[in-house]
Amino acid sequence: MRAWVVQGRWGGTPSYLGLVLAVLLAAPLAAVQPDEVLDDPALEERAREISRDLRCLVCRNESIDESNAPLARDLRLLVRERLVAGDSDGEVVDFVVDRYGEYVLLKPTADGANLVLWAAGPLMLLLAAAMGWAYLRGRSRAAPVQETALTPEEKARLNELLDK
Amino acid sequence: MITELGHFALILAFLVAIVQMIVPMVGAHKRWPGWMAVAEPAASVQFLLTGFAFAALMWAFITSDFSLRLVVLNSHSAKPMLYKISGTWGNHEGSMLLWVLIVTLFGAMAAWFGGGLPPTLRARVLGVQAAIAVAFFAFILFTSNPFLRMAVPPFDGQDLNPLLQDPGLAFHPPFLYLGYVGLSMAFSFAVAALIEGRVDAAWGRWVRPWTLAAWVFLTIGIALGSWWAYYELGWGGFWFWDPVENASFMPWLLAAALLHSAIVVEKRESLKSWTILLAILAFGFSLIGTFIVRSGLLTSVHAFANDPERGVFILGILGVFTGGALTLFAARAQAMEAKGIFGMVSRESALILNNILLAVSCFVVFVGTMWPMVAEMFFDRKLSVGPPFFNAAFTPFMVAIGLAMPLGAMLPWKRGRLGRAAWALRYAFGLALALGLLAWAMQTGRSALGPVGLFLGAWVVFGSAVDLWSRTGKTGSLARLFRLPRADWGKTVAHAGLGITIFAIAGLTAWEQEDIRVAQFGQPFEVGGFTLTLEGVEEVEGPNYLSTMAQVRLETSGREIATLTPEKRTYPVARMPTTEAAIDYRILRDVYVVIGDEQAGGGWTVRTYVKPLTNWIWLGCLLMALGGTLSLSDRRFRVAAGARKLRAGGVPAE
Repeated sequence: MRAWVVQGRWGGTPSYLGLVLAVLLAAPLAAVQPDEVLDDPALEERAREISRDLRCLVCRNESIDESNAPLARDLRLLVRERLVAGDSDGEVVDFVVDRYGEYVLLKPTADGANLVLWAAGPLMLLLAAAMGWAYLRGRSRAAPVQETALTPEEKARLNELLDK
Repeated sequence: MITELGHFALILAFLVAIVQMIVPMVGAHKRWPGWMAVAEPAASVQFLLTGFAFAALMWAFITSDFSLRLVVLNSHSAKPMLYKISGTWGNHEGSMLLWVLIVTLFGAMAAWFGGGLPPTLRARVLGVQAAIAVAFFAFILFTSNPFLRMAVPPFDGQDLNPLLQDPGLAFHPPFLYLGYVGLSMAFSFAVAALIEGRVDAAWGRWVRPWTLAAWVFLTIGIALGSWWAYYELGWGGFWFWDPVENASFMPWLLAAALLHSAIVVEKRESLKSWTILLAILAFGFSLIGTFIVRSGLLTSVHAFANDPERGVFILGILGVFTGGALTLFAARAQAMEAKGIFGMVSRESALILNNILLAVSCFVVFVGTMWPMVAEMFFDRKLSVGPPFFNAAFTPFMVAIGLAMPLGAMLPWKRGRLGRAAWALRYAFGLALALGLLAWAMQTGRSALGPVGLFLGAWVVFGSAVDLWSRTGKTGSLARLFRLPRADWGKTVAHAGLGITIFAIAGLTAWEQEDIRVAQFGQPFEVGGFTLTLEGVEEVEGPNYLSTMAQVRLETSGREIATLTPEKRTYPVARMPTTEAAIDYRILRDVYVVIGDEQAGGGWTVRTYVKPLTNWIWLGCLLMALGGTLSLSDRRFRVAAGARKLRAGGVPAE
């Protein structure tokens, strides 16, 4: 739930010129523009796939495919340029990562410390399953708990109820 | 004047909460009835005082009192009345006040309807609840006071963020808070039980309605937020794995686990310490959510108060409450001896599987949400963890839950046979498989996601129906069906709701169609079997915005079915543009149209999506909430903790 928004509020009473400027600057560009779309549908589909996994650097957790920001548009055009030049999907992504760092990857790589991120879920599942298994074994083999005898007060109360 | 009274009432409520935190606790320890009895009136007074403070703040928003700093920053005299009211909680300070109001509301309800609780347990529950309130009162009064005045009041305000000026979002926060804070009751019960050193079936019965209510509210709150994102953000996404969405999703997952494990405590007196741990963690994740939103540590549109001081304060609250409760847990959990004995295949073991899957999936979301921060702090890597990661890492858990749910729900308590449950479900399985195959045959050359999702969703829905039917002794007698306990109905409805949501998400993801083009006036174009024509674009003036509104005629097979009016709005005061998509809602699909910019060569950019099954996502959520409510209204809770009144009492707080 986020959108690319023009940040900040200018204090004080707005001047007319300032207002017009703000409105013009803030006019949203739609995400993928018709003029960006490649003629080759297969290539365009690949471009969309790649774009969905690249982060718009000035946005909040948005891919360049969804973003309205001008920088996202530049990146989308860059991706398409590389594809038209004949790069494979992997080469395009590497090209972008070389320039902007791994911050652009919405799907982090599974290397180095990131292995922790990717392995955390499966390992935890194994651990939880082992613990659940152990607990179940314990429960299925446990001796029935001896119900503790009634306290004198409870006994008195029971007798009282039975006598009624 | 009213503002000052509100401020004063808030300070008084803080003091009352301090008394309620200490006196009943000491009383319960020493077995002094008089001291324990302080808790109930204190809880009521605390709620009334906080309610007054909240009403005073709301009054300032309604009357546009621009001598109040908060109103200046978040309101405007031309804003529609609904958003003046919702503006009360559409900002950091006001939303914290709403938060603490709900804490006191739940505390008061525990006092009013907790007559059946043992006196020491009740005193301790109210004491812990008051301790939570004390922390948040202090937070509000010392770091985020909503009642601060301006030295020189301006002529008008700076308006509420236009994205928040929306009916869906007006009610999204109150529901979410009811959910988050509802989990504080489960937490209070857990801590009180640890102090008492006693957890039995009765405890499970008391704690379950609160969890159920919290979960229902969370479900509605999350669904509202997701629906809002769908129609407001302009491209029809419904879930983004944004840190703040995750912050609400993690408590939801844990609450779902908790309300299932509480059944085992209630029926079988097992899983006690695990249930206590879950209750602590569920509220802990609510606090983590608050921390994420308020500290600005993780960026998001929700982060309306990026103030490190506040972040540190909430981190302190988080540390004290979860840390304290976990320490207590470590010291006392051994005392929680399990009683029930059950086989490896049984309802109990199915519920344990449910808990494992829900808790680990929550852990996956948690690791993914926190990883960018951890990587930057410890490995000096600046990276992102976005939707592709969560989709890959989280989805398998939902698939596993969907596959196991109908089988697990059919298993009997104590000892069951998997083959028998599977045999009872053979028709459900066959029908679901047939539907999946049909979808597979009808679509050409696309991913398997759609058919698999359809199979899984149908399997869950039909499985739930078979489960309910089998409770009538397979007689098919309608009279017997409607005499079943509401809890059985609740289970079926909620499970079917999950199935529908799974199916809808898979269908939407697999079969969505998109079209981006420059549309010329009067020239029709085709998208997925629909003909659209851009008929005109005009400038329209709204109450506090300017709009560029297009008319798009929507036709299918030569017949006009709707005229859509997508808009681009500009809010001059907040100086922010928004996109208002026009959506033709239908049962099987939505047509979603967004207007872009005017092109130099003539025509306008128009984006069109045909989104199948979208409404089913929220229908499923609604069914889940309805199922929870049905379960909540079951007879056995009415005789227990007065939980039925919980919902009726929950309404005025909104």
